[in-house]
Amino acid sequence: MCADRIRLLSAIWVLLALAFLGTAWAGPKIDTWETTKGARVLFVAAPDLPILDVRVVFEAGSARDGERSGLASLTAGLLTQGAGEWDADTVAERIESVGAQLSAKAARDSASLSLRTLTEQPAMDRVLETAAKVLSEPRLAESDFERVRQNRLVGLRQDQQDPRTVASKAIYNMIFGDHPYAADPAGTLETVEAMRREDLVEFHRRYYVASNAVIAIVGALSKEQARDVAERLTGGLETGERPPELPPVPDLPNQLLEELDFPSTQTHIYAGHPGMRRLDPDYFPLYVGNHILGGSGLVSLLSEEVREKRGLSYSVYSYFLPMSKRGPFLIGLQTKNDQAAKAREVMMDTVRRFRDEGPTAEELTAAIKNITGGFPLRIAGNSKIVEYLAVIGFYGLPLDYLDRFSERVSQVTAEQVHDAFGRRVHPDRLATVIVGPLAKSAANVED
Amino acid sequence: MKSIVIVLGLLVAQLSAAASQVHERVLDNGLKVLVKSDHRAPVVTSQVWYKVGSSYEHGGLTGISHVLEHMMFKGTEKLAPGEFSRIIAENGGDENAFTSRDYTAYFQNLAKDRLEVAFELEAERMRNLALPKKEFLKELEVVKEERRLRTEDDPESLTFEEFNAMAYETSPYRIPVIGWAEDLEHLKVGDLQDWYSTWYAPNNATLVVVGDLEPEVVFALAEKYFGPLEAEQIPQIKPRGEPVQRGEKRIRVKAPAKEPYLILGYKATALGLGEEDWEPYALEMLASVLDGGGSARFSRDLVRGTRVAASAGAGYSAFTRLPGMFLIDGTPAKGRTVEELEQALRAQVEAVRSELVEASELERIRTQLIAGKVYELDSVYSQAVQLGRLESVGLGWPLADQYVEHLGRVTPEQIQAVAQKYLIEDNLTVARLEPQPMDGKQPHTRAAGEHASVR
Repeated sequence: MCADRIRLLSAIWVLLALAFLGTAWAGPKIDTWETTKGARVLFVAAPDLPILDVRVVFEAGSARDGERSGLASLTAGLLTQGAGEWDADTVAERIESVGAQLSAKAARDSASLSLRTLTEQPAMDRVLETAAKVLSEPRLAESDFERVRQNRLVGLRQDQQDPRTVASKAIYNMIFGDHPYAADPAGTLETVEAMRREDLVEFHRRYYVASNAVIAIVGALSKEQARDVAERLTGGLETGERPPELPPVPDLPNQLLEELDFPSTQTHIYAGHPGMRRLDPDYFPLYVGNHILGGSGLVSLLSEEVREKRGLSYSVYSYFLPMSKRGPFLIGLQTKNDQAAKAREVMMDTVRRFRDEGPTAEELTAAIKNITGGFPLRIAGNSKIVEYLAVIGFYGLPLDYLDRFSERVSQVTAEQVHDAFGRRVHPDRLATVIVGPLAKSAANVED
Repeated sequence: MKSIVIVLGLLVAQLSAAASQVHERVLDNGLKVLVKSDHRAPVVTSQVWYKVGSSYEHGGLTGISHVLEHMMFKGTEKLAPGEFSRIIAENGGDENAFTSRDYTAYFQNLAKDRLEVAFELEAERMRNLALPKKEFLKELEVVKEERRLRTEDDPESLTFEEFNAMAYETSPYRIPVIGWAEDLEHLKVGDLQDWYSTWYAPNNATLVVVGDLEPEVVFALAEKYFGPLEAEQIPQIKPRGEPVQRGEKRIRVKAPAKEPYLILGYKATALGLGEEDWEPYALEMLASVLDGGGSARFSRDLVRGTRVAASAGAGYSAFTRLPGMFLIDGTPAKGRTVEELEQALRAQVEAVRSELVEASELERIRTQLIAGKVYELDSVYSQAVQLGRLESVGLGWPLADQYVEHLGRVTPEQIQAVAQKYLIEDNLTVARLEPQPMDGKQPHTRAAGEHASVR
């Protein structure tokens, strides 16, 4: 290594990188309105490519499952399996014969329909007609329901053979306890076994209503055309009403530890606790701080300590998943069984040290440069913009969120990060799950 | 729906005529530079593709291309370990790399005025990698963890690894990209040094840039940073062609799991191998007839129709350096056996051998292909990957704008012909995952004992 050259390289690029701080990258221009039926629409015109991207997002995620875990995701999964006079074969044929893509899925907060089509006619009209019917008149037929349910049971059993998924489901259960976020959207073998078609019909009737919907549209359309698209997609929906707010997520009362025996060569370790909301006042300090701690890939502190310095894990990370109510703050890694205890210790030491001492001015500057410098990449492409629109619309973020994003990241100070982490990250009230062969792992540091 | 197909065809013709010109220049040292302007957003992707991957490897050194990919982030003569990533991050970039059978590629996605940063760093590690032993020993442990994560603890992936090693006798496509555990155990830093000096040179690489810049600007920067690098004598590798298979092969893979899994693979061909050029295209179309979305045969007949499969897929790639396989895989539905699933999948194969596919099926696939080509334009990264891949497997980037047309010309008769020629029992390898109890009481056993695990 030649030190002189390193400094030369760095000096040039630091100068260049600093220029970013002054650059104001504006986001795309967003138009917004309400459909006749009361759905909120966000639209960005993207005239360069003959493509239309749409997300229709409902507050109809698994947090609304109640006792019937898996209900929201089975309902979303059944939408494209027949609607109105069309059976599943016909719906698939109508979409794919014009080269379009249509799918629906449910997470914890929301269920969403995704659509991509060429704007050529008659392709686009046919896709919109199909999507509208899929939303408003899904058949939810007994026979299709039974097939999707049986295949879900196979999927749930496949989840049980994957240590990552086992660990991930367990940590959500521990972090959220009695809160609706605890359950996995896919449900469990027991709840899916017990599900009935009528449950889906009722769920669809209650939640797939216009006042509970946000429509994000990006594509080569005029605003008038986009209005027409939104009207057609929601025309068949009832106006309905929004569901009540979810309850707040309580803090963990104390340290929790669960060890699950698993015949794997690696031990998977997840630790976490309730984190932040999408509209959290600490959003930016926590986001930027976590970028330094474990959110920036190979250059994060966790990666540096666990992977780069010690070769203990292929992937190690931390993140806040912001949701309607507080989503999880999660830290995770996987390592060969006999070094699980050591890896866990390095991981937790790194988190504790960052919480107590971090961040340094250099770390903060590097993170801000990375996030703001990479801003153009975040919105390069219609498929990326439509995802942002869906988030902005669903969570009620301000319309200038993207315009102000870089500025707000740049304004975060080391004191704010330190203060926010001190108040919001609790290594002494953490849920930890360890999945691996119990006899060999001994990952519990206290052992 | 004929009218739609015709209209879409026109649309693609317009698109490729208007925006998507690729500009090529070859530097004196042999580095091929490809530039495609895309002015929709102020961003650029820069990718360096090397013609080396696991299919260039041989016994004892498997996985070396992938380990070398990891070491490319661990310092050069002028950069400390990790410095590459820190500089890219500081400039707002995303970066990563991937290794495959036929190539190893490195990419950075950046704001357009940062391209020079990527070029200086990539040029530096093209010829001046440091390969410090201490870093190597740590990184080798990381790669072993990656192997445990992706293969050892994933029963379906383990089955696929065993399946490949069983199906191919001599073709290097039998080698797992991540390498056999035992070979990783004995890899030395000197092996990497040799591998690096053999394959990492401008005349064995392609630089692909897609984004909001003019070609002349990119060519000038490429000349400035990559121009001074010295070319290398690149060795000619042996063809290692597969012998004719003389009958169906079967393998059972036992691993802790909950659900069975089935793979069927028929030895096939690839483009540019002296066979009829339409054959690989016909095989690609055949894969889409069986598994080209929810309206294709597997979904319609096996998942929704007879409900013998929880999921079933088919895949084939014409764009490989060596002949690959036509692959079919699936998981039986609840209450159905893996035997029933295999029978159903083989009956589907028999059907395409004995009957012509419907014109409407081909029309649907052509439309999907054309639409897919338009959707690809939404990402500068995907456009660059397309060019880099075709160039690296030896087919040449101009095929990126032509292959949809080639696929569109495939006839039902040609599909039947390739089904009859390639999808025959003597060409077939079948692997079944046989789930073993997961209660921890059973030993972690493998079907093929010679590479049973290394801790």
